[in-house]
Amino acid sequence: MSATVDTHGHDDHDVHHHKETFVTKYIFSQDHKMIAKQYLITGTIMGVIGVLMSIMFRMQIAWPEKPNVLFEALLGKWAPEGVMDADIYLALVTIHGTIMVFFVLTAGLSGTFSNLLIPLQLGARDMASGFLNMVSYWLFFLSSVIMVISLFVEAGPAAAGWTIYPPLSALPLAQGGSGMGMTLWLVSMAIFIASSLLGSLNYIVTIINLRTKGMSFTRMPLTIWTFFVTAILGVVSFPVLLSAALLLIMDRSFGTSFFLSDIFIQGEVLHYQGGSPVLFEHLFWFLGHPEVYIVILPAMGLVSEIMASNSRKPIFGYRAMIMSILAIGFLSTIVWGHHMFISGMNPFLGSVFTFTTLLIAIPSAVKAFNWITTIWKGNLQLNPAMLFSIGFVSTFITGGLTGIILGDSALDINVHDTYFVVAHFHLVMGISALYGMFAGIYHWFPKMFGRMLNKNLGYLHFWVTAICAYGVFFPMHFIGMAGLPRRYYTNSNFPLFDDTANANVIITMFAIVGGIFQLVYLWNFFYSIFYGKKTVQNPWRSTTLEWTAPVKHIHGNWEGAIPHVYRWPYDYSKPGHEDDFVPQNVPLYDGEEELQH
Amino acid sequence: MTALLTIIIVLFVAVAIWQLVKIFDLAQVDSQSSPVATDKDNKLNGYLMMGFLAFIYIITILSFWYLGDLPLVSNSASEHGPGLDNLMIISMVIIFIVQTITQFILHYFAFKYRGEKGKKAVFYADNNTLEFIWTIIPTIVLAGLIIYGLFTWNDIMNVEEEEDTLVVELYAQQFNWKARYGGEDNVLGKANVRLIDLDKANILGVAEDDPNAQDDVIVTELHLPVGRPVLFKMRSQDVLHSAYMPHFRAQMNCVPGMVTQFGFTPTVTTEEMRQNQDIIDKVQNINQIRTEKSKELTANGEEALEPYEFDYLLLCNKICGKSHYNMQMKIIVETQEEYDAWMAEQTTFAKSLN
Repeated sequence: MSATVDTHGHDDHDVHHHKETFVTKYIFSQDHKMIAKQYLITGTIMGVIGVLMSIMFRMQIAWPEKPNVLFEALLGKWAPEGVMDADIYLALVTIHGTIMVFFVLTAGLSGTFSNLLIPLQLGARDMASGFLNMVSYWLFFLSSVIMVISLFVEAGPAAAGWTIYPPLSALPLAQGGSGMGMTLWLVSMAIFIASSLLGSLNYIVTIINLRTKGMSFTRMPLTIWTFFVTAILGVVSFPVLLSAALLLIMDRSFGTSFFLSDIFIQGEVLHYQGGSPVLFEHLFWFLGHPEVYIVILPAMGLVSEIMASNSRKPIFGYRAMIMSILAIGFLSTIVWGHHMFISGMNPFLGSVFTFTTLLIAIPSAVKAFNWITTIWKGNLQLNPAMLFSIGFVSTFITGGLTGIILGDSALDINVHDTYFVVAHFHLVMGISALYGMFAGIYHWFPKMFGRMLNKNLGYLHFWVTAICAYGVFFPMHFIGMAGLPRRYYTNSNFPLFDDTANANVIITMFAIVGGIFQLVYLWNFFYSIFYGKKTVQNPWRSTTLEWTAPVKHIHGNWEGAIPHVYRWPYDYSKPGHEDDFVPQNVPLYDGEEELQH
Repeated sequence: MTALLTIIIVLFVAVAIWQLVKIFDLAQVDSQSSPVATDKDNKLNGYLMMGFLAFIYIITILSFWYLGDLPLVSNSASEHGPGLDNLMIISMVIIFIVQTITQFILHYFAFKYRGEKGKKAVFYADNNTLEFIWTIIPTIVLAGLIIYGLFTWNDIMNVEEEEDTLVVELYAQQFNWKARYGGEDNVLGKANVRLIDLDKANILGVAEDDPNAQDDVIVTELHLPVGRPVLFKMRSQDVLHSAYMPHFRAQMNCVPGMVTQFGFTPTVTTEEMRQNQDIIDKVQNINQIRTEKSKELTANGEEALEPYEFDYLLLCNKICGKSHYNMQMKIIVETQEEYDAWMAEQTTFAKSLN
């Protein structure tokens, strides 16, 4: 590999003489482009599982304790005569959350696009360490496999919520899923964290060291900036979750008392003494909150890039965007306590976290306004990627605004853990990040596979998804404000909530339709890999370096010399140029001024 | 409501079919067209953007229309409730205004500036004044909200135990609630799960030799005298639970190994609340839904649902295991006399032991 990383032209011929077997090319590949595709496809498969689970538990909420053929077919012994069991309901909710947050929106999103774009947009031949990159993917694959296997254990998969708060997650006596299912969950996540760390370190080192000549930090596309901050957040926060998981494993298997104390369950007093579940909550959310930004930041980067390119306009406020990315990254590490206002921690701490939490709204608002100004007086090319980007801004605003309520400790008292929270975070980080991911896929599919996705199917996919996303999550705010707690297997024991039953049916309908229409996307994706229309080198007429590389994937990315960079990445519609875009590797003409951004 | 459901679904299916047809038309007309957006695509999707803006507004209006009685911002039953509701309403008004305006601008721009061949975008890269404006305005608004919020939060959370404060222990276990009163001395006896003795029916682990514990009263229905501050001391014996009393704007987790607390003053008795017009309407609406459902049930030979009567509730709001969805306790707020009469009927801890 060192030969390929070793810069300029003269060694390129060695590269082509590399013997590639099927195994080294498609399976144990060290090429970042192949690894990106592996991440994407693994993430897609996990996403299908996660979405299917959500449709199943939504059906249970809409039509509680009714026999359902889908349950009978998929849940087996957990749905006797087609009626979903309460234990498996909680397991579905738990695994849905875990898969979507970690396996789809962390590995699937950040893993795919960091791998694909960091070397290509920086003008590097590959990642700093191709080998670590490969190991990172295969650890992710292993953790995915273990997570899927955990669905099939005798006593059921983990069912303590994706936040796995002990003691529920620590005691098999409290819940069947806290036995072997939880053990596998913890093992899977520990491996996942190792994978994520290897990946993040690789991204950081590559971004710092392998920028091509002229690619200063302030000439990097915003995508790279977001991947950079995301990787740093991952390195800072994931190890804390690993330690929490290890301590939990010790409590579960070796009788320590880090998180447990004074427990009487099923007629016996357990020996645990002196631990505190609140400690676990702190450790969990020390990762858990930055994790939200690990998910959303790359989406923001992709959307910024796509919006500029499709608006044929520079991204508005490049420097303000970088500052807000950094501010969001920093603030995200000191707001975790807003998940714990009513956990029993000192109310004064609640005040501090309210303060830091509401601060984070400021850089978020700056970003939203900058995106809106970016499309102002543009020449908008409404490609599917652009539609998903605009959709991203829309859901980010809708979901982000309710954060003002949830981040306020006083107001959180009453909407904490209700459907209001579910609505909020699904819109602001679930749907938004998913839109960012779809936008990225529609935009960079030609770069990944050398073929184009079908545009019209893309439009169909976007509009139905957009309507269903609002249809599912908008009414949820209201049933949350009616006080309906989340994670209830059925609401029929509370006549108080009977007037939300119809809303729940409508929500489920939208969820089912939205889920079904993802098949349009899946078909488009897999069909186009093989039969899509062949792409030209720069189909979107973008300025960044990845579009200067040939369509055909080669080890080392560019034939001949690596391109040098002479300008920032957003010279769209710049006066004095004939084309409405000027790639980064085009030198300034005599007398042209580089924008002092 | 069912009608609305049908309408929405029909509308939705219609939109979907219309879309499908449109798109297949497009696909046929220029099957050799470029896989990137053409002027025609820009136009169609530009208009759809405006349609989508309308959809966002419509779903907002429909949500307010059908689900907008917002029980959590009106008719609170505790002293701190109205202040909190006020803050909630202010926040919601701000959100509503910002949401309506920004969504309009976003979608309108997407429509207005849709691409056309030969058009050139404006090269407009930054403007410090604008950045300053939209940094400073959110800052000011948020500063206001933070200050208001923190005052409210401190008022709620800093409960001092005063002379007449009623101290009640809330005790959580999978999957039910118990409440323990201090009895005549209003002092709770010491307790720990290690002292639980099921043979003697000491289910909460109260110290049998603690003199303060002898007159404690353990019940499964929470009674509170109106107008008197109550301070809840919360314990859990097994896993995390959360004591959620939405009508009183109160919630606190119950954590094994530690005692958490939350205090409020109930201001409206259950009887008074049942006479409240909003609540009467809500109950009527719910009972109508239940009657319809009962018809369905009896037709299938199942039991009909009981009619609903309003009561305050304590719900578990932290995932706690299989029957989490049915962990509840009734709360009754009554006059001091009614409360005293009820309390006189209860058995003290000392007498309840086997």
